[in-house]
Amino acid sequence: MRFLLIEDNQKLSSAVAERLHLDGHAVDCADTLNAASACIAVADYDLILLDIMLPDGDGRDFLEQHRQAKNRTPIIVTTARSAVSDRVGLLDLGADDYITKPFDFSELEARCRAVLRRQGGAADNNKSFCGTVLDSAAAELRFADKQVSLRNRELRLMEVFFAAPGQIFSKSHLLDRLFSFAEDVSENAIEVYVGRLRKRLDGADITIETVRGLGYRMVAA
Amino acid sequence: MTPQGSIRRRLFFQLAGVAAVLSLTFFFVVRSVAERAAEGTQDEILAASATAIADSLRSENGGVTLDLPYSALSMLGSVSEDRVFYRVTADGKTLTGYDDLPLPTGGRQTGQTIVETLTYRGDELRAVSVLRPLGSFSAQQDVVVTVAQTREGLEAISRRITATATAVGGGFFLLATALSLWAARTALAPLERLTGAVTRRGPKDLRPVDAIAPAELVPLVTALNGFMSRLRASLLRTEDFIAEAAHRVRTPLATVRAQAEVTHRKLNKPEHKQAIREMIRAIDESSRSAGQMLDHAMVTFRTDSMDRDALDLSALTRETCSQLVPTADLKDISITTDCGPDPVPFEGDRILLQAALLNILDNAIKYSPADSHISVSLRTREDLILSVADEGRGFDDLDLPRLANRYQRGSNTGDIVGSGLGLTIASDVAGAHGGRLIIAQNPKGVGACVSLVLPH
Amino acid sequence: MRIACLAALIWVAQAAVAVAFDAEDHVDYPASPETAVLRVISTADQSVFEPILLAFQARNPGLSVQYTITSTTELMRAIQDEDAVFDLAISSAMDLQTKLANDGFARRFSPTVADGLPSWAIWRDQLFAFTQEPAVLLVSDADFPPGTEPRSREALIATLRENPDRFRGRVGTYDVRTSGFGYLMATQDSRNSEAFWRLMEVMGRLDAQLYCCSGAMIRDVAAGDLALAYNVLGSYAAAQQAEVDGFRIVELDDYVNVMLRTALIPTTAENVDGAQKMVTFLLSLQRQPDVTTAAGLPAIDPASFQANTALRPIRFGPGLLVFLDQLRRQNFLRNWEGSLVQE
Repeated sequence: MRFLLIEDNQKLSSAVAERLHLDGHAVDCADTLNAASACIAVADYDLILLDIMLPDGDGRDFLEQHRQAKNRTPIIVTTARSAVSDRVGLLDLGADDYITKPFDFSELEARCRAVLRRQGGAADNNKSFCGTVLDSAAAELRFADKQVSLRNRELRLMEVFFAAPGQIFSKSHLLDRLFSFAEDVSENAIEVYVGRLRKRLDGADITIETVRGLGYRMVAA
Repeated sequence: MTPQGSIRRRLFFQLAGVAAVLSLTFFFVVRSVAERAAEGTQDEILAASATAIADSLRSENGGVTLDLPYSALSMLGSVSEDRVFYRVTADGKTLTGYDDLPLPTGGRQTGQTIVETLTYRGDELRAVSVLRPLGSFSAQQDVVVTVAQTREGLEAISRRITATATAVGGGFFLLATALSLWAARTALAPLERLTGAVTRRGPKDLRPVDAIAPAELVPLVTALNGFMSRLRASLLRTEDFIAEAAHRVRTPLATVRAQAEVTHRKLNKPEHKQAIREMIRAIDESSRSAGQMLDHAMVTFRTDSMDRDALDLSALTRETCSQLVPTADLKDISITTDCGPDPVPFEGDRILLQAALLNILDNAIKYSPADSHISVSLRTREDLILSVADEGRGFDDLDLPRLANRYQRGSNTGDIVGSGLGLTIASDVAGAHGGRLIIAQNPKGVGACVSLVLPH
Repeated sequence: MRIACLAALIWVAQAAVAVAFDAEDHVDYPASPETAVLRVISTADQSVFEPILLAFQARNPGLSVQYTITSTTELMRAIQDEDAVFDLAISSAMDLQTKLANDGFARRFSPTVADGLPSWAIWRDQLFAFTQEPAVLLVSDADFPPGTEPRSREALIATLRENPDRFRGRVGTYDVRTSGFGYLMATQDSRNSEAFWRLMEVMGRLDAQLYCCSGAMIRDVAAGDLALAYNVLGSYAAAQQAEVDGFRIVELDDYVNVMLRTALIPTTAENVDGAQKMVTFLLSLQRQPDVTTAAGLPAIDPASFQANTALRPIRFGPGLLVFLDQLRRQNFLRNWEGSLVQE
């Protein structure tokens, strides 16, 4: 996905951008509203992450202009302000969602996913491998004439594999992708979810393969 | 605040007191003037009568004789029906009349008129005596003409005057009292208008009072406006402070957390990863604590001047739950809301209610295991009951009463990030709406059930 | 009636010791059973007052009435000087009654029936007037054929002056030295009109006959011994006219003095309640024409003063004391004698 990150704090901006890169997203950073407008003018974004307090204006004004310009790109507001009191106003102004700093990236990703799903999903977000299509927005797998819906973690695990078919992912890596830092889980938990995915893929032309001592990879059946 | 006296009452009593003093003064002055006038009239008639008698005195054959003029006595009967006595003496010898009527005791200068009040035959008399010398120089006689009259007519007049003065004085007092009441009310009307103008204001309305006030109230209004502008500035500062504090704390935390996640991803050694994981947890804990503390400050600040919006509690519940669905999804926790088909009207503060429900839900998600279920239900009984039931570890029974206290956490929550303020916030919000928070075990099995009980 | 007279005799015998004033007659009207006694001293003859007393007694059974008749001066003496015990004093001498009240010998009483009475009928709530009796001119039918009688004092003077021979020795009036009523009328006349003294002069020149009482004058006029009599008590004359012919009553047009017969309750009264009942009864005579007709006493009638504006009720008040003044009386009688008794 392609993000536009509007954030005036350079360190935070680069840290967030780097973190999103790690999950394979493209990120453009803008530190002012003017820069953000310039970016929007030349590129299409899947999602805009908007800070409220910016040196050249209030994010709320940007939100309003954005909605008045009929730009449908979803906006998730990131703010350091108190959560509840701002939320109502922001949502009324046209923000699609709202996340309080500091945020858990897995939660950010989940919110992005939810926002995109509400928008009806972008077709180009579908990924396919060997006749099996992963529709992230609908959270389902389609193969042969079957449609299999995935639960959240199953979908996220599936996305990891679809991002690099054939690549081996270690248990540790998958653990990081699937569980938040608040949860204490052992690597065995990954085996549970891989087992579930294998069941979901029953009848498909692809499978999740165990590479002993290294991890897992998705291959053609 | 206990009121200390009433300006209106004091004003009224003072004015009424002045009216009473004036009425009494009026009463006594009128009575005394009128009685003096009546007495003067009687004295004048008596003097006229005595003079008329004296004028008819004549010397005859060396003696004094007299033809008592008819009018001299009849004039005394024209005003009242008082009894009349008279006596004429020449050189102390009674010439005619009542010879036991006392002679004047005063001076004996000729031509003098002596007015006395005396008692005769058991009655009080007003007596006027005229002294006249009569006869030639060689045989001059001092003649004393005394005419006296009882004072019954005077007393009747006095009674009438007293009655009239009482009626007029009483009437004046009543009228003045009524006017005092009116004056006290009118004088305080601007104060009541001002009170009304301030009372009618909404909790957030800190604009200067612009009600038209009389000169005496201008200092009060000015002081009030000054106070309100200071209060407004103070409130704005507080809000700004909360926002600024949040910003200052959270922005670096966000940076650190993002960098930590990046670092965590890049590290390979499990012990290094574990260290970073601990660090991120610490960041999350401090962030969450800061968030809840700020939330709590916001709630406390807000409950002092709560909004009373008419809102649909059912819609509010659904909307709030939907905001946490993505968070719950991360743990494959499903949230179901059962609010019934109809809107549930309620008067309350939208932001406070959302804060309460978000905190309850946040707790529920935090303490629920993966692949579990949270059910939110809104029931209309005697009260409105908004319950959040999870399938988590629940509470130890001993904890239940103290959980809603500030910074208290359950005894079995050691491994979960949380400050313990969530339920306090919910409880405060319930209290601000006249309701309460009930913490119980989930009746449908394992887990907790937290309910906001709100009166209609 | 025999019993009444007998009782009266016994009472006179008892009372004679204590009472020094001259009583002319005593009549007792005992009630059976007797609950109280009302002692009345009066100047009115028994024949005049009996109907009133009987009517009163009929209304107040149980109340015996002892009726003492005396002259006006004796009545005054009895009350003022001798503290005689009477419950009610009834007199035709307004001046004396006024003096009694003025000098403090009368009790106050506010009767409830006084509403219809003119204000001059009650003085100080002590004197209560209950009859109005004019002083009139009597003419004999023989000397004055109808239509020829004088209608005013001026006309009377003129008539007398023009016919001295015809009237010599044939005009009569009161001897004011002995008659209280005559003195009252004469003094009021002297106040009212200058003509009075001229009339007295004329009558004096005509050798006027002087009388002590109305009765003799009426009789002499009716008999034709007198051509006219001046200042006769009209009520007596009217009563006599029913029995005797030969005279007419003339109310003069210039003015007519009206004497008021009065009752007062002396301070010495013992049966005050009975006396008040009697006063109340007397004041209501206006509404009992049968009683007044029988008595021959005209009750107070405010309407009559409107019908004849020449009627002048003598007013109560200190003015009446003037002619009781010793010096004034002496002077008046001297003048009167000078005018009327010229020999």
